[in-house]
Amino acid sequence: MQVRARAPINAIIVSSTKDPLPAHMSSQREATLAAILRTHEDAILAEWVKEQSARATRRDQLNETQLRSTAREFLRGFVQALASGSTDIRSNAWSPVRDLLAEVSASRAQQGYSPTETATFVFSLKQPVFTRLGGELKDAQSLAGALWSATALIDELGLFTTEAFQKTREEVIQRQQRELLELSTPVVQLWEDILALPLIGTLDSGRTQVVMESLLQKVVETGASIAIIDITGVPTVDTLVAQHLMKTVAAARLMGADCIISGIRPQIAQTIVHLGVDLSEVTTKASLADAFGIALKRRGMRIGSGTTTERA
Amino acid sequence: MERIPILRMGRFLLVTIQVDMHDQLAMTLQDDLTQRIVRDRARGVLIDISSLDVVDSFIGRMISNIASMSRVLDAQTVVVGMQPAVAITLVELGLELPGVRTALNVEKGMALLQSAVD
Repeated sequence: MQVRARAPINAIIVSSTKDPLPAHMSSQREATLAAILRTHEDAILAEWVKEQSARATRRDQLNETQLRSTAREFLRGFVQALASGSTDIRSNAWSPVRDLLAEVSASRAQQGYSPTETATFVFSLKQPVFTRLGGELKDAQSLAGALWSATALIDELGLFTTEAFQKTREEVIQRQQRELLELSTPVVQLWEDILALPLIGTLDSGRTQVVMESLLQKVVETGASIAIIDITGVPTVDTLVAQHLMKTVAAARLMGADCIISGIRPQIAQTIVHLGVDLSEVTTKASLADAFGIALKRRGMRIGSGTTTERA
Repeated sequence: MERIPILRMGRFLLVTIQVDMHDQLAMTLQDDLTQRIVRDRARGVLIDISSLDVVDSFIGRMISNIASMSRVLDAQTVVVGMQPAVAITLVELGLELPGVRTALNVEKGMALLQSAVD
């Protein structure tokens, strides 16, 4: 695998070591790096892919052909960006590389890879690159310089990959939160004039707002005059949750709809009293069935079995 | 000067607010309404605020005041047609209008007034 150093590369190295200007020298260093990488592209690519396959813990999802083509594309982009002389990975020259990395991270995040596995894609490039640099550059000073440039760049790209990975994951979480919010606030019509709002999950200010808005909207749509708020699915009721509930009840009342709170579990009844929350202005019932019964009664209706009706 | 019309319907007075409420208009309404309750010997007041989509604490307090004044003059007040956004704003402002009856629309409000007065 050892490849002899070639003449043009040596020429560049000689000129770079003689250059007194640090800025210019650093861009020379990139040019050296680019030249070495371009010369050994195939060898580096092969070693890199091998390295990744060896490190991969989930062989099932790692498609070698695809990995090879992505890796080749990345390496070409990397060399091209290096050749432009820019070391700032946020600059325009690096945008194809950044796009590619973002794409790789996003697809890996969605497939359920861990951050380490995703970042390995970039970091595993180090070893093959360092081996080549060691083979090409015999001068200790220029070798150290080239290694430093390479490692700084690869580290930055690795961090960028992790960041992109994180961003995709956060997007997924946010989308799920939104969906959860929408899913958890259905308003159902039980009967003409009677709405029910089964609350499930913890009530915070954000959710209360959504709950309140959807309830009031439904009141307008259906013209209902009684709304049953069922809190069977609310795990805990503290002063804040109670306050949110009272706000919802007050807003519904302002619109002309009466509220009944149902589904109060024994522990919650105890908590409410211990906290000193005043629910005396609201009708409360232990179960949704009781609440529905009283709602019907207020509307002048009642439910009875066929026999009772006959007897009456 | 701009005024909010007050209509008489039997024993009740009907106030429909269809313009943007500003403070001066609210004060005028308060004056006019109390005078009309006395003059017409009204037993109930129905305030329709379905076209009102912005409220502030002053307007909220004014509605609450009108209800209290009417009660002193032995007339029930029903506020009807409040928009969801207005209801939420009033609750957030802490103006829950205790003692004011509410209904979803004019029809239900009238029924409520009838049953309250009978």
